[in-house]
Formats: sequence, C-alpha cells, structure tokens
Amino acid sequence: MAKRIDVSGLNAYYGSFLAIEDISMTVEPRSVTAFIGPSGCGKSTFLRTLNRMHEVTPGGRVEGKVMLDDENLYGAGIDPVSVRREVGMVFQRPNPFPTMSVYDNVAAGLRLNGKYKKSELDDIVEKSLRGANLWNEVKDRLNKPGSGLSGGQQQRLCIARAIAVEPNVLLMDEPCSALDPISTLAIEDLIGELKERFTIVIVTHNMQQAARVSDRTAFFNLAAVGQPGKLIEIDDTERIFSNPSVQATEDYISGRFG
Amino acid sequence: MSHATLSPRRSSLRGATLPKWFAWAVAAGSVAAGLGISAAAGLESSIQWALIAAVLFVLGSYAVSAKVEGRRQAKDRTATSLVWVAFLLAVVPLASLMWETVKRGVKVLDGYFLTHSMGVVADTEPGGGIYHAILGTLEQVGLATVISVPVGVLTAIYLVEYGRGRLAKAVTFFVDVMTGIPSIVAGLFILSVWVLMLDMGPSGFAGSMALSILMIPVVVRSTEEMLKLVPNELREASLALGVPKWRTILKVVLPTSIGGITTGVMLAIARITGETAPVLLLVWVTNFINANPFQDPQASLPMYIYLQYQNSGGYGAAYDRAWAAALTLIAFIMILNMVARGIARWKAPKTGR
Amino acid sequence: MDITTQTTKVPQTPQPSLTDGKPTPRGATRPGDRIFLGLSRGSGILVLVIMAAIAAFLTYRAALALGENEANFFTSLEWNPSGIPPKFGIAVLAFGTIVSSVIAMVIAVPISVGIALFITHYAPRKLGGAIAYVIDLLAAVPSIVYGLWGALVLVPHLEGLYGWLDDYLGWTGVFEWNGGAPRSLFTIGILLAIMILPIITNVSREVFRQVPRMHEEAALALGATRWEVIRMSVLPFGRSGVISASMLGLGRALGETMAVAMVLSSSFDINASLLDTGGGTFAQNIASKFNEATVIGRDALIASGLVLFVITLLVNGAARLIIARRKEYSGANA
Repeated sequence: MAKRIDVSGLNAYYGSFLAIEDISMTVEPRSVTAFIGPSGCGKSTFLRTLNRMHEVTPGGRVEGKVMLDDENLYGAGIDPVSVRREVGMVFQRPNPFPTMSVYDNVAAGLRLNGKYKKSELDDIVEKSLRGANLWNEVKDRLNKPGSGLSGGQQQRLCIARAIAVEPNVLLMDEPCSALDPISTLAIEDLIGELKERFTIVIVTHNMQQAARVSDRTAFFNLAAVGQPGKLIEIDDTERIFSNPSVQATEDYISGRFG
Repeated sequence: MSHATLSPRRSSLRGATLPKWFAWAVAAGSVAAGLGISAAAGLESSIQWALIAAVLFVLGSYAVSAKVEGRRQAKDRTATSLVWVAFLLAVVPLASLMWETVKRGVKVLDGYFLTHSMGVVADTEPGGGIYHAILGTLEQVGLATVISVPVGVLTAIYLVEYGRGRLAKAVTFFVDVMTGIPSIVAGLFILSVWVLMLDMGPSGFAGSMALSILMIPVVVRSTEEMLKLVPNELREASLALGVPKWRTILKVVLPTSIGGITTGVMLAIARITGETAPVLLLVWVTNFINANPFQDPQASLPMYIYLQYQNSGGYGAAYDRAWAAALTLIAFIMILNMVARGIARWKAPKTGR
Repeated sequence: MDITTQTTKVPQTPQPSLTDGKPTPRGATRPGDRIFLGLSRGSGILVLVIMAAIAAFLTYRAALALGENEANFFTSLEWNPSGIPPKFGIAVLAFGTIVSSVIAMVIAVPISVGIALFITHYAPRKLGGAIAYVIDLLAAVPSIVYGLWGALVLVPHLEGLYGWLDDYLGWTGVFEWNGGAPRSLFTIGILLAIMILPIITNVSREVFRQVPRMHEEAALALGATRWEVIRMSVLPFGRSGVISASMLGLGRALGETMAVAMVLSSSFDINASLLDTGGGTFAQNIASKFNEATVIGRDALIASGLVLFVITLLVNGAARLIIARRKEYSGANA
C-alpha cells in the first residue's frame, strides 16, 4: 500500500507569514525519511502539509503540489478528510482519546470509515496492537482507558491507532521527544519494522535518531529568524552524515550551530 | 492487506464535493419555501414559517449531500446546519427582546419621564414618569452594595489569605450554595425575620437586606478569583520587608487586584438591580416619591414595570411606560456590564492564558 | 514568622530598625493583624450564619403553618390556607415547576450546546468572539424584562404554533388546546428556555474552548470530518461541563419568579394538556398569592418556599459536585 510522495514548489503560510519556501523533494515508498534541522526551520510545518493538517491551524495556507503517486493532494476536488485517512500521523505528545478505552482508541479510525463486525474489529485491533509491539502489554486491559498507560505505551497506542486504518504513508512529528530512552528505543525498533509496509516520514531533533532509523535524511534550515525555512539538501542518510554536499549541513551535523 | 476486502474504500482521494454556495442556496430555498407554504396555508405567525424553513434547510442539505457527497459528509453537513439553526433559533428571540424593548421604550422615554413621579396620574392615562422608581432603585441597590461589599471582600480575603481547614472549606461550600438561592427565597427569609418576627413594615432597607443575600456570594466569588491572581512573590516581598500581614493585604494585595474587584462588584450590582421578587415581598411599591429607604413602601424600576403591566387594564399608556422603564433598566445594567468588562480588560494582569 | 519575632525579643540586641520605635508584639497578637483576621473571619462566619438562619427561619415558619394544615402538604391539590380549617398542598406547584423546567431544559440544552459549538468551532473567530460577548451581556437582562417581553410579544406569536400542535399532536392529549390565550405551562417552558440559554451557552462555551488541541488533531489525523472531531474529542471532553451548566440553568429555571408570574395564567389545578391555561410554580405562586395572604397564608407560602429552597440546593449541589469532579479529572490528564 505504500506510496511515493513527490513534492514540488511548495510554500506554506501562517496568515501572511511565509513559513517554508519552495520545497521540492521525493519520498520513496517503503523507506524511512528523516527531517532534521534547527528549531523553527519549518520541518514540522512541512510535515503537516503532507496530510493537509497545516490548513487546520488558523491562517494556515499552502501553495504548490504534493503528489501521492499520481494524485495531487492540493488538486481541485480533493477532500482533505480522505487525504488524512490515506496519510496517517503520530504527534509529538502521545494523544490517545482520554475518554476511550485502549480497544476503542485503536478502533476509532475504523469506526469512522464504515461498519465492521465485532470479530473483524477484534482482529484488526489485535493486529494493529501487535504491529505496534504493544499487544502483549495491553491484551489484558483492552477495556481500560488509554490514558492510563505509560507515556511510551500511549505513543505506541497512537501508532497502533494510526496503522489500524492501513494508511499509505505514516507521518511522525518528533514521536520520541516526550519519551524516556527505553520507550524511545522501542519506538525506533518499531519504525524499523513498519517501513516494510508503509512509507514513513519522521521529524526529529535528535541526529543520532535520524542516523539510526532513516534511509534518507533531509536537512532544513532558515537564513534568519523571521525568514522562511528552506530545504537545504536531501540524500541517503549515510551520505548526509558522512559527506554532505552542502557546507551548512556539515556545520549543523558536526554541532557547529543549531 | 488482509482486511482491505472488508473495507472497500474509494481508490481516489477525490470526494465529490458540493460548492461553497451550496449551503446558502439551500438556506435561501428553504426560507422561500417556508414563506410560500405559510402564505399558501394562511399561517400568519412568523414562528411557523421560520420553523418550516429550518426543518427544510436541515433535511434539504442532508438529502442533497447524502446523494452527492456520501453519508459521512452528509452527517457532517447536517451537524453544521443544526448548529447554524440552533444559533438562529436563539438569536431571534434574544434580538427580538432587545429590539422590542428599544422600539417600544423610546416612545415615552424623555427628560420629563425621567424627572417626574407617577403622582396622581391614573394608570390608564398617559403622562407620569419614573423618577421615584429610579430614586428607590438607586437607594436600595446602594444600601445593598454598602452591606455586601465589605462582607464579601472580607470573606474573600479570609478564604484566600487566611483560610485553611474546616471553617474555610465550609465557607467556600456555602458561598457556592448561596449563589444558587432563588431570589424569592431570599425575600421570604427576610420576610420571616424582619416582618414576621421583628414586626417591621415594608421599606427599601428590608429589600436591600434580601438583595445583599443575593449579592454577597457574587462579590465573594469574583474577589476570590482576583486575589488568587496576585502572585505570591508580591506578598512575600512585602512580608520580607517586615510589613505586617494586614498591612500587606491592604497596601499590596488589594491595590493590585482592585481593578478586578471593581469589575466583580459592578457585575454583582448589575445582577441585583433587576431583581423583582424580593422587592415585591419586602418593599412593595408606591406611585409617590419616598426618599427615605428606612420607612414605608418605596418604588423601584422593576416593581414599576410590574405595576404598570399589572394595572394597565390593557391600555397602551401604561404599557408604554412599562417598556420605557424596561429600556431604562436594561440600559443601566448594560452600561454597568460594559464598563465593568472594560475595566477588567484594561486592568487585567497580563497572564498568558 | 514566629522565629524572627522571637529573636527580636532578646533584650540584649534591640533592633530599632525592625520595630520602628514601637513595641514589638508577637506576630499573631499584633493588634492590627488580630483585628483584621477577626474581621475577615467574622465575615466568613456571617455567611455561614446567614445560611443557617435561612434554613432555620424558613423551617420554623413552615412548621407553624404545617401544624395547622388539615390536608396532606405534599399531595393535596388545594391551596386554601386561610380557610377553616386551613388546607393547602404543593402537588400542583411541584407539577407545574417540574413540567415547565423540563420543557425549558429540553429546548435550551441542545440549542445552547449548538450555539456554544457554533462559537468555538464553526463561526469565524471574530464573529464567534462578538457573539460570545453579546450572549454574555444577555445573561444580565433582568427577568422582569423577559416577563414583559414574554407577555406582550411572545404570547401573541405563539397562537399559530399552538394551533399546529393541537392539529397534529392534539390526539396525544398532552398537546390538546381549547383555544384559550397561550399563557400555559408550555409557553412558560419556552420563555424559561430563552432565559437560561445564555447561562448554559456561556459555561458550555468555556468548556469546549478548553478541549486540548491535540485531542482534536488526533481525530483530524485519522480522517475525521468536523462533526466526527466534535463527537470524538470535543463532546466527550465537555460532557460533564455541559451537564453542570445545564444544572445551573435548571436551578435558575426552577426559581424564576417574575417572568412566570407575568406570563402564566395560573389556576390551582393540574391539567393534562400543557397548552391549556392552569397550573402554577412555587415561585410564581408565592409572588401572586403574597398580597392577599393572611398570617397563616404567608407561612404556608414560606413552607412552599422552603421546598423550592431544598430543591434548588440539591440541583446546585449536584452541579458543583460534577464541576469539582471534572477538575480532578482534567487535572490528572493535563
């Protein structure tokens, strides 16, 4: 189901403020692409343009093209609601629905999209929780509230919720920044398994993480505060971390700024 | 994927979407149809055609959307239409209330009306004014404020600055309970103490006492909120200078929160100014000027409205006066409210919410 | 505080800068502090005293009346406290109060939730803010004005609606209408609904505004429509807030006096049809019967007022309890 993303000439605004300017890149299917860069460089904003979440922010506006295989997400007649079902998202802070049980959290997206028999739902919930490496920890408390889990478990619950609807692409916005090192490791392992089935894009502040989990890495930067963020370069992760073609990338990676 | 067959999904991201003007078109169509049906059926009430239009609007947008966009989109659209209808349903009566009060109130509202009492003007005749009622309202509300503000502010100070333990908990709880007392019950309480037990006659002051019962909890609540906003560092800075606690409260805490407290007091005054029930039991009403709030019945704006309405005998003159008094009362309360909110906004401590 | 003042009591090291030349009393017994604490604690106690006195005096006067009552206070359909023997009961009032409040809630709660959602989730930001401000102001309109408007504007407009209800739902008996002036419990319900709309709307709006952004985004990212976002994240989060807001509104509807007294064409009987005139409410009955009441008549009215007092206490108490619970709940998940 994994699909290729092809972005060309993309600008995103908050009101009249241009947050990211003229971004073009290709994200390969069944791979992990990491976005790195200093704070405020627009990598999260860019991520949110990939499932049309950016326009949910008051004043948010996007220009340009995002092709998902052969369909432009910003083309005429495209329904943003369907886009978000095809392109799943995991957020910085775990956000399970607080009033729903573990089971209902995973089933939430499915229930939106149609009627399922109880047994079908049971199967998909189990499969998704297994896919998120959470099944063994929660199989006895499926009917307990999702907010009762630990932070790392909550984040994996959110991943299970996102993959339950079988999206084509999975976006992750700093999914480990609110987690402890052990939970982070669990999520990183999980990302490695999920890329067999999904196209994964992950924003991270942590360069070691980008080096560990991703196949390709994109470096974003901005000239100054108040200037729009830009894509500096995108390449195989190994190359970016050993021998980047742009000086700024090397400076950032070697810790000279940011 | 294994369950892809279970959930046949549209291969495309392209949902058929109705254009933006669709909702407006359905709304216009519904209103036209509502008017048409009413005219055809000879229904003269505007409530009827409005309800017909509202129902047509909700059903119409659901039907069309379900056909074109699918069931989920249709549900979403229905929710949107219902929310709009709810908004309009509520706005119409509230707007009508304001509009009618202004329209009918300005008829006799002039300088003469504000500066004369009813005196010997018969209920059915035109003429007369609300001077005696304004006077009574100001005195009764003024006395209630004089009683309530010190008690309310001091209680709030106790709760915020000193209050620990069972007494403070009990006070907090009963202030909450007091907020919910119906005004007529407050009136009955003063009636049973002041009139039935102490055998006093009706007077403005008796009404003020009942109004205080309604006002005190409002003052306590708002003052408490404001005192809690004063940062602890300020108190500690003052105490560390060796200033005694009571002077810290008087010289540091209260001045810092005085804007908010004023707002709270003004909102409380606005709330009790329109109270009628306790005044009906305790102050009664008169057509003459009585400047002494401690003796004999006194007029007040709410009771004046009630009296003009009750004794109108269906004649327009009394209704006109009732509306004019209502307009005066609302204007007074609205101005108090707006000024209070203005002060709150102006004096608000800059805490990023 | 105690430690510092104790050190200043050591006679060998007088510290004039601290005492400012005056004798130094211990912190707790400094006269200014003592008086101020006394005053503020006294005010707090006064609040308790007032509440206790309200309960005590109303109960005492009610007991006087009930002692002479020859009818069952809770079930009698009569109100004749100055008769010989005195007979009065609150069945009619309880019926009228509950029926009109229930009608008001059925109308007001969904509409208020709708407006609150309109303000927070549907209207453009500026428009929403303006509407919220106006509704805030409307909450301050006094009930006497609602009464005047209800009697002179609303009532004449309701005849058409009454005719409809009679035509289409008259067979139920509940909506049968004999063609009298539409000043029945049903009209009261509508009027009370309009009066409590602003209160319920304001509280619900506050609650909806506090829904964490991330819960809404969670639903959006799953491909939820706006309505599904509201159903999945906004309503579950706001449910207890809406319930307590409704309770506060109910408290006001139960105790509303003047608007009901001006609009309702009251009589002391229970009528199966909501559209025919008749019935009464606790508060309205007190206001309308007070003028002609004898001594025992007043006490009887006070007895009915005591019942109203207890009912509103229970309703408001429940609302507060829900709010308090909700605070704990949202604090745990913040």
